[in-house]
Amino acid sequence: MTKKILSTPIKDEDLEDLNVGDVVYLTGHLVTCRDVAHRRLIELKQELPVDVRGGAIFHAGPIVRKKEDGKFEMVSIGPTTSMRMEKFERQFIAETGVKLIVGKGGMGPETTAGCKENKAVHAIFPGGCAVLAATLVEEIERAEWQDLGMPETLWVNRVREFGPLIISIDTKGNNLIEQNKAIFNEKKTSAIDRIKSQVRFIK
Amino acid sequence: MNKDQSVQDMTDTMAKFTSYIGKRLPNDVKDKLAELRTFETNPLAKAVYTSMAENQEAADKLDRPSCQDTGVIQYFIKAGARFPLLGELEEILRHATEGATRMGPLRHNAVETFEEKNTGTNTGTNIPWLDWEIVPDDDGATIDVYMAGGGCTLPGKATVLMPGQGYEGVTDFVFDVITSRGINACPPLLVGVGVSTSAETAARLSKRAILREVGSSNANENAAKMEKLLEEGLNEVGIGPQGLTGANSVMGVNIESSARHPSTIGVAVSTGCWAHRRGKIRFNADLSYEIISHKGAVL
Repeated sequence: MTKKILSTPIKDEDLEDLNVGDVVYLTGHLVTCRDVAHRRLIELKQELPVDVRGGAIFHAGPIVRKKEDGKFEMVSIGPTTSMRMEKFERQFIAETGVKLIVGKGGMGPETTAGCKENKAVHAIFPGGCAVLAATLVEEIERAEWQDLGMPETLWVNRVREFGPLIISIDTKGNNLIEQNKAIFNEKKTSAIDRIKSQVRFIK
Repeated sequence: MNKDQSVQDMTDTMAKFTSYIGKRLPNDVKDKLAELRTFETNPLAKAVYTSMAENQEAADKLDRPSCQDTGVIQYFIKAGARFPLLGELEEILRHATEGATRMGPLRHNAVETFEEKNTGTNTGTNIPWLDWEIVPDDDGATIDVYMAGGGCTLPGKATVLMPGQGYEGVTDFVFDVITSRGINACPPLLVGVGVSTSAETAARLSKRAILREVGSSNANENAAKMEKLLEEGLNEVGIGPQGLTGANSVMGVNIESSARHPSTIGVAVSTGCWAHRRGKIRFNADLSYEIISHKGAVL
């Protein structure tokens, strides 16, 4: 099976055929963007210092080392819990024109709506696999909003075949983790009932 | 050895050990993940387990923190009342955290609350967090170090049930936490449950529970039975790695408990992600040490 590779800038038509559960890789630019950057853009109305139109953001706060020549080295960069950005993401997509959001775990109905309205996708990179990810970063080209500290700085990474990225929200309104949650909730009822009948320790 | 030298030596050892456990998983977790991987047939679950294994190999080879979120550093200390550096331990562990932060390097994860500034050192008010138990008539010290990452800390929850809700209510509580926020916390999780008298006692015990080895059992027969039932029940839900569905959900369920007020059941859940980074080290009075969690580790 050949690898499906997305390249920045990403166009709407690159995303239209993608379905939840598909695996893709990214070549181009991937900008870290998490809690405070979202809050600054949406609530504090500050302009994002990096143009991510047609681009990709990564919900991630990496470990970065400053080298002797003044350049930054990516040591370890894995995804953070995307759900924390649910509050802001729909508006973030609309305002920035971002096309690919990479993170961990699912996001909610607002992001799903935002992805449908503006043709964007959310993808899961396996959580905790941060050294694997760091080896796929070719260079940190820029670092913006460094006043936020290491985890929250916007690190502009040039990446090559960055993945696996598992599409969890597609452009058609499908949400993989929400679908999975429905399955989990269905299965848990019978398990809970069986356990309860065996833990009546208070008699 | 004079006292200053002893303090320096123990600080160096703890800095190295703290850094070390961010790069390599403890034996029990490693073994359990290898076992769980063999049960998967779902292609996405298999792909994720492959990435996990590749990542741990790369972290070891490149000597880097395996997950970028090296957490807030917490130390759980079981110190003998006659341990020679008992009074110096707090300072030792604070400096060890700073040392590990440079050495790892670790991510800067201590944000002063209300000031809302990252200290850049992983130390701050009451951070690293220390949890103490004093053992009478002992001159050694056993220290568990834990990297409390954000993802696996987020599901944490405590409440106080009424006795009428019973252990049936405890079951509901555990399932609710794991099948909601637990999904985003990098499963397969190690689930810690505290059953106790109030919110904070249950919370502390739930954290202690995830420091216990994967596969170990509570000494109380009913508690051990409940651990097994919860583990099997949660696995039946089939959350799979990263919530992508699969053959299992958890690495295990560990319960720790205390006596309780007759009118209350305090219950809490803490979760450890698949990259459950903790280490156990035992110091003798002469500061010779044994690493218990990582066999053959050389600092």
